[in-house]
Amino acid sequence: MVKFAVIVFPGTNCDFETERAIKKAGAEAERVWYKTSLKDFDGVVLPGGFSYADYLRAGAIAARQEIMEEVKEFAEEGRPVLGICNGFQILTEAGLLPGALRPNRVPRFLCRWVHLRVNDTETPFTSLYEPGEVIRMPIAHAEGNYYIDDPSKVRIVFQYSDENGDVSEEANPNGSVLNIAAIANERGNVLGTMPHPERASDRFLGSEDGLRLFRSMVELARR
Amino acid sequence: MKWRVTVTVRLKEGLNDPEGRVIGKALRNLGYAVEGLRVPKCFEFELESENPEEEVEEICRKLLANPLIHSWEYRIEPVS
Repeated sequence: MVKFAVIVFPGTNCDFETERAIKKAGAEAERVWYKTSLKDFDGVVLPGGFSYADYLRAGAIAARQEIMEEVKEFAEEGRPVLGICNGFQILTEAGLLPGALRPNRVPRFLCRWVHLRVNDTETPFTSLYEPGEVIRMPIAHAEGNYYIDDPSKVRIVFQYSDENGDVSEEANPNGSVLNIAAIANERGNVLGTMPHPERASDRFLGSEDGLRLFRSMVELARR
Repeated sequence: MKWRVTVTVRLKEGLNDPEGRVIGKALRNLGYAVEGLRVPKCFEFELESENPEEEVEEICRKLLANPLIHSWEYRIEPVS
């Protein structure tokens, strides 16, 4: 069975839910303290939370820990690397994904459900979605305002939209360029998402739309 | 040799600064005609180095600033 590492930094707090969602998607998952090694894993997930209390910039300190060298090797080898929320911030700070996540345009922490339009179903994380499909997941962040100088450099995976899939300014919660909520690297094996798929992985949570992301990831890691 | 270093990191011009906007607005509410408030970050430290300029530049690029969104400047003085 394929096995995913869920990396835990000081201040990570979405690791249990993420582990549970990966297991529900049919793989093994283990929470791994950042000072240990990633040997014997098929993929890596950087879960949400507030690593190092968001000091300096969210994700900045975690991105410079030694374990990230191993995560870079995973990325280079084409194995799946998923960053959720603070994990996405860590991936941009580590240079594994382009761009930066800046403080929200509105001066507050945003914690609510959003609609997302699926823009790219060719990544190992989104193969079980339909192109243009509208899904629901929660966001919970203060620094989710995605910035990139040249948006043509990124593979846009999810965009904030209304319930009809209209990617409008009104549907943009945080000021992200082009309503960007999730991106992938060129190869598609590194994905960063501000919305939390693990919080939408059970119908009792209000949506199972996020579970398909983990299922896609697990399915492709098996091959 | 030991140096005292002061680094200031700023958001590049044109990028909005939500924290600065909120603080500026609070000052206007207090009756001051404040405009264009921005919140740079300042770092102070001592550094043992033979090439302080080069190392401080590296320190800014590698961690204190994000070159995509920030500019920076520094002052380096010998510790007497």
